[in-house]
Amino acid sequence: MIVGRRALLLGAAATLAGCDRVAQQESVRKALFSAENFHKWAQRSLMARDALAHEFRPDQISPIFRANGTSNPNTPDYKAIWRTGFADWRLRIDGLVARPLALSLAQLRSLPHREQITRHDCVEGWSAIGKWRGVPLKLLLDAAGLRAGARYIVFHCADHMGGGEPYYESIDLIDAFHPQTILAFALNDAPLSVANGAPLRLRVERQLGYKQAKYLMRVEAVDSLAAIGRGKGGYWEDHAGYDWYAGI
Amino acid sequence: MGSQLQSGDRIVERHRLSTRLWHWLNALLLYILFTSGLGIFNAHPRLYWGQYGANFDRPWLELERFGSWITLPAHYSLAMSRHWHLAAAPVFAFALLAYMVWSLANRHVGRDLAFRRGELAPGHVWQDIKDHARLRFPTGDAALRYNVLQKASYIGVIFVALPLVILTGLTMSPGMNAAWPWLVDLLGGRQSARSIHFIAAFALVAFVAVHLLMVVLAGPINEVRSMITGRYRVPGPRP
Repeated sequence: MIVGRRALLLGAAATLAGCDRVAQQESVRKALFSAENFHKWAQRSLMARDALAHEFRPDQISPIFRANGTSNPNTPDYKAIWRTGFADWRLRIDGLVARPLALSLAQLRSLPHREQITRHDCVEGWSAIGKWRGVPLKLLLDAAGLRAGARYIVFHCADHMGGGEPYYESIDLIDAFHPQTILAFALNDAPLSVANGAPLRLRVERQLGYKQAKYLMRVEAVDSLAAIGRGKGGYWEDHAGYDWYAGI
Repeated sequence: MGSQLQSGDRIVERHRLSTRLWHWLNALLLYILFTSGLGIFNAHPRLYWGQYGANFDRPWLELERFGSWITLPAHYSLAMSRHWHLAAAPVFAFALLAYMVWSLANRHVGRDLAFRRGELAPGHVWQDIKDHARLRFPTGDAALRYNVLQKASYIGVIFVALPLVILTGLTMSPGMNAAWPWLVDLLGGRQSARSIHFIAAFALVAFVAVHLLMVVLAGPINEVRSMITGRYRVPGPRP
């Protein structure tokens, strides 16, 4: 009747190893990964298209906003634009657009902007609240004019993750045109620091931290994600199996 | 513990099919959810109260990473732990909802789980605690009814701990927080909800541990058989 602790541990380990083996089968892997589609469908059904992420009061801001992902791209190209205070940096907006744009930081700052105090939720489990200021992505996409067939917006970044590949992320048009989706140039009333993505980063407030692409260089409208990276729509999606829909 | 059938032993239909199916589905899903949940927790093994919480903020609990013998998968992979957790969670949540509705409709809750008049009197509860401590399990017809401690734990699990672990789980999701902002507010913010999620998960583990101990003490073969086939041998009077 007495089952030894050792036997229990062995049993637990054996069962988990069994789950591991099961998960390596293609069909099981597919089933596990397809949960993302259910969650995306359920959440999109439950929320209004423009439902806002909660916006907080100034006194609720985290004392220190923890940076996620790369804390300094440190590449020769990035150092070159950083040295001049990003004066020579241009944000390119191209792909399936009628009028490709190249905008300087000064031009972006002169556009109508939005301020929002929101919570950044990292996939790891931590949260930080910060006040962002930036240009609504909708404004830029409308200025560039999306061509018929454009379905996703891809963000190309200056930071290299392991393997020397620049970071990239993507969102669909529902999130791209959401009122809180902005390209932010300021955090907590100061110009964006290098750790937090200078000169410009994406805020897509109904999704997790790894979607909030930093060090933006180029915004590309595409009809399919197949030709982006390895086809899953983002660096972590391609390299670590993260969900593309990160509202979960 | 005797478990062989003797002539004259009374066999009754103890557990309904819905209870048996839900029980074993839950056993599997809770195992997957707990072990994959520990894998997710390992990505940031610190817990906070309030709306925010990260490395510069003060946690109320900071742990070492859980060992690979208890995490799913059995190595650190936040992505795979999340796939397991997020695939199992909706099945688990809708199964609970279906079981709740079904058990209210077929009067399982009203007949078997609701407290009877006088059961909550301090004297009665104390007597039940003493009986448990002395391992004096009920015999005959009394063994076919749940005692007050059993009722309290089953009601607590079905109507408090399980819904709480599901609702706090929902508020981990930034999409759900935009859809149902009142829920994360009700729970005191996302980091409070994450802490409650963790506490509720361990409360469920404590329940499972006591539950397994009671099964073993009350006669494991008879108890497990009754949860598989529904058939239960009514224990005779104590010698």
